[in-house]
Amino acid sequence: MNFSEVFKQSNQLCKVSPDGKYLATCVQYRLVVRDMSTLQILQLYTCLDQISHMDWSSDSLFILCAMYKRGLVQVWSLEQPDWHCKIDEGSIGLLSSRWSPDGRHILNTTEFHLRITVWSLCTKAVSYIKYPKACQKGIDFSRDGCYMALAERRDCKDYVSVFVCDDWHLLRHFETETQDLGGLEWSPNGCVLAVWDSCLEYKVLLYSLDGRLLSTYSAYEWSLGVKTVTWSPSSQFLAIGSYDEKVRVLNHITWKKITQFEHPATINNTKAVVYKEVERRPAVGADDLSLHNITIGTTLFNTQSKYEICPPPVQIPVVKPDPDRANPKIGVSTLAFSSDSRYLATKNGGFQVQSLNWHCSGDSLILLGKEQLCLCYMDTDQEDK
Amino acid sequence: MPESSLEDKDICSSSECRTPPLRQFSQSSLPLHRKSYMLSTFCTEQNVQECQSHINQEVSSLGLQPVWTESGSSSEMNVVAVLNCMYDLIQMHRRGLRSLENMEVEQLKSSGNVDYLQLTSTRLKEQLELSKRENTGLLERERQLQLKVKSLQNCLKNEKEEVQKLQNIIASRASQYNHEMKRKEREFNKLKERLNQLLIDKKEKKQAIDVLNNIGRADGKRSLWKTEKTEAKHEAEMYKALLSDYDTRQRELLLENAELNKVLQQMKKDMVSILSSKKPILKGDKYQDDGAQADSEDEEEVFDSSKESVELYCVHAREKLTNSIRLQWRRLKSHVERLDSQETHKEEMDRLKLEIQQCKDFIQTQQQLLQQQLSSPCDEETASLLSDCYMLQEKERLGDEWKTLEEQRTIFERERRNFTEAAIRLSHERKAFEEDRATWLKHQFLNLSPFPDSKKPPMSKSKSAFLISETKASATSAPEKLIRCPSGTNLPTPGCVPHTSSTADLYRTLCLIPENGATKPKRKSDHAEESGVFFNGKAPVRHKQWNDSEEHSSHTKEQNSSI
Repeated sequence: MNFSEVFKQSNQLCKVSPDGKYLATCVQYRLVVRDMSTLQILQLYTCLDQISHMDWSSDSLFILCAMYKRGLVQVWSLEQPDWHCKIDEGSIGLLSSRWSPDGRHILNTTEFHLRITVWSLCTKAVSYIKYPKACQKGIDFSRDGCYMALAERRDCKDYVSVFVCDDWHLLRHFETETQDLGGLEWSPNGCVLAVWDSCLEYKVLLYSLDGRLLSTYSAYEWSLGVKTVTWSPSSQFLAIGSYDEKVRVLNHITWKKITQFEHPATINNTKAVVYKEVERRPAVGADDLSLHNITIGTTLFNTQSKYEICPPPVQIPVVKPDPDRANPKIGVSTLAFSSDSRYLATKNGGFQVQSLNWHCSGDSLILLGKEQLCLCYMDTDQEDK
Repeated sequence: MPESSLEDKDICSSSECRTPPLRQFSQSSLPLHRKSYMLSTFCTEQNVQECQSHINQEVSSLGLQPVWTESGSSSEMNVVAVLNCMYDLIQMHRRGLRSLENMEVEQLKSSGNVDYLQLTSTRLKEQLELSKRENTGLLERERQLQLKVKSLQNCLKNEKEEVQKLQNIIASRASQYNHEMKRKEREFNKLKERLNQLLIDKKEKKQAIDVLNNIGRADGKRSLWKTEKTEAKHEAEMYKALLSDYDTRQRELLLENAELNKVLQQMKKDMVSILSSKKPILKGDKYQDDGAQADSEDEEEVFDSSKESVELYCVHAREKLTNSIRLQWRRLKSHVERLDSQETHKEEMDRLKLEIQQCKDFIQTQQQLLQQQLSSPCDEETASLLSDCYMLQEKERLGDEWKTLEEQRTIFERERRNFTEAAIRLSHERKAFEEDRATWLKHQFLNLSPFPDSKKPPMSKSKSAFLISETKASATSAPEKLIRCPSGTNLPTPGCVPHTSSTADLYRTLCLIPENGATKPKRKSDHAEESGVFFNGKAPVRHKQWNDSEEHSSHTKEQNSSI
């Protein structure tokens, strides 16, 4: 693997354009756009304040830079570097900013979730959406970009509004049977909306596109409930990861659980293959640590690691989190289906894995940790259905 | 012991006289207790000495002073000694009686004690039994109570665990609530601050967007006004999306359903075939089962054939299928269980194992041989020779067959050629024959002229001479007409057939011809006569009906045969 030189960035704001041609990074208040293949700087934009959030539009023509402290959003164009756009939310403040799927509207969530302002770059028109809910995932756009589902809370009741992204026309508005809506997500085919409750209650509701309640699923009561929900790319399965360290998979025909995956602390299953990273540090005697040796032998600090297969039973090191703290670091926090819906990668517990991402071919998985990354390749020859 | 013998003798000698006293003595042992007296006839005047010595002995044996000392002087007894002796004896006797009494008393006492002890022992035994029973009962109860205690302890433990779990849940929920509360409070405070700030702040920063120029829409189209139509369109699009999704899903489910149905049908067929093939093997005691099976299977088979091509849409059909599958499966299961439990099972297994082993060995040897073959180094000649050695016989046979085939083919060719030649020849001959016949007939006809001595007209001229249609018109101009008749046809066409009434005559005439083959000229003359009659007379013209194609053809046939 070859690595390029190191570029500066701030706030972990570094994104590749959707068409894969450009790379945008933020350094303090500057936005740097590079060509993906040569890494040459193509454009350099300057914003009015330190950039808190940066995002590409879906057609890779525009980049939005949000400065939450100042309540400003600036939009830059790649085609016309002279073009500028500045959105000032004024005294109402800015909490988050995002693009609409068509890449021509910007949705700003104001402070205290007072409202969502929809700014149109085509017509300079403004629309307001009242009472958005402050939750884990309150907005979701359907994959084809036609519809937007928004969680609302009025009079201590949860509602979901479905908007048509074309002209922000309110298509449906219905109440949900949740105590405290935690999040919502469209299925990849855009026909089913999964809505789940906060962690205090395990409840997953499935609504069809026109607002009818299709099904309710609740695995247990009282204990902390749903932590994360993911659809499979074929819309056939819905995987629910919960605080009881189990993943339950529902099927799209009956919306009943078809299988359940557990994450026991001791792996006894003979079919499971456990890879353990073993670090090999070259043994260094104390008297060898002279300056001479250190400057010459860089291998001193390179730790080689390799993976060896551990025979079952394997004990996984588990750190018991403090039960008195809220949002404990137990339970399944990340789920990722491979693109052909064959595999499901899960992360349970407090492991330092930031994200799991599958390659689009569905054969390899990248695990990103805080300081390390790991690529896992699936052996397709040994695969059995 | 002389003394004893003496005693015995004495006793014996004086037994006669003494037995009564002894008897009396013994008898009077009791009465002695009752203080009765008795007369002793032990001593008489005769045996005083003996009695004395005897008594002396007796007394000395008892430990008393001798009564009488042997002083031969006088036989007078020492009265004092005797009285003392008597007194001692009486005392002794009294003592004896007393001790006897005591002993009797003692005995009574002890027997009483024994009885009492027996009674107490039986009572105690009963008590012991009772208490043992009680003990076992108590032990049993104790055991049960212990079990109960254990189960209650378990329950208690479970309850405690559950309580603990619930407490944990409550604790986590409480911490979650607190966290949320704090968050909300913080937000609330921020809101309050912001509100204060806004109230204080004079200048209000308004929201605004500052764009250099409007950019076009992503899809390039112009945006539409929000009207009812657009709303309806959106609704329609939404429903379309939903419907298409349901459609695809339904199609998938249909396919899956069809697949599963097929599989079920296949399974059912297989099971039925298996069970029906096993039926003859089944023993007679299972006949009842079979009978029932046969009926329902017949039913099902009928059902199958009728529904085979029709998909099972209706609920009843589906239910029938699933029920029948279940039934078959149950039968198959019971059958397999029966098979398993049969005694021949083991033998079968062994036999099969042996067979398998043999087959394996066979395969092994085959493989080895094959390996040898493949690996054996052979030179090119042998290789080329052996390259197709396996198929040699077949190839030779094939070659032979090809050869025979080729021969046959040539024969066929030859024959075909011959046939074609023959056919050609035949056609030629026929043509020639036809021509011949035509000429002959023409000749004949022409020879039927009214002028019998006239020359025979040339053959070539009168192809058309057959056509008598001209004769129909006028008898006189017959010859010219005959000539003038359209030529080109060997055989007179039916269209030119004149309708005459002289068919019989003509027929007769023509019929005569085949009969008398040798008398051709005569016939000719006959013909001529006839024709003479024909052409001459003002009499009704009798045309020869011989243009009737059928008759003509038959005649020609007859003539052919004659020729």
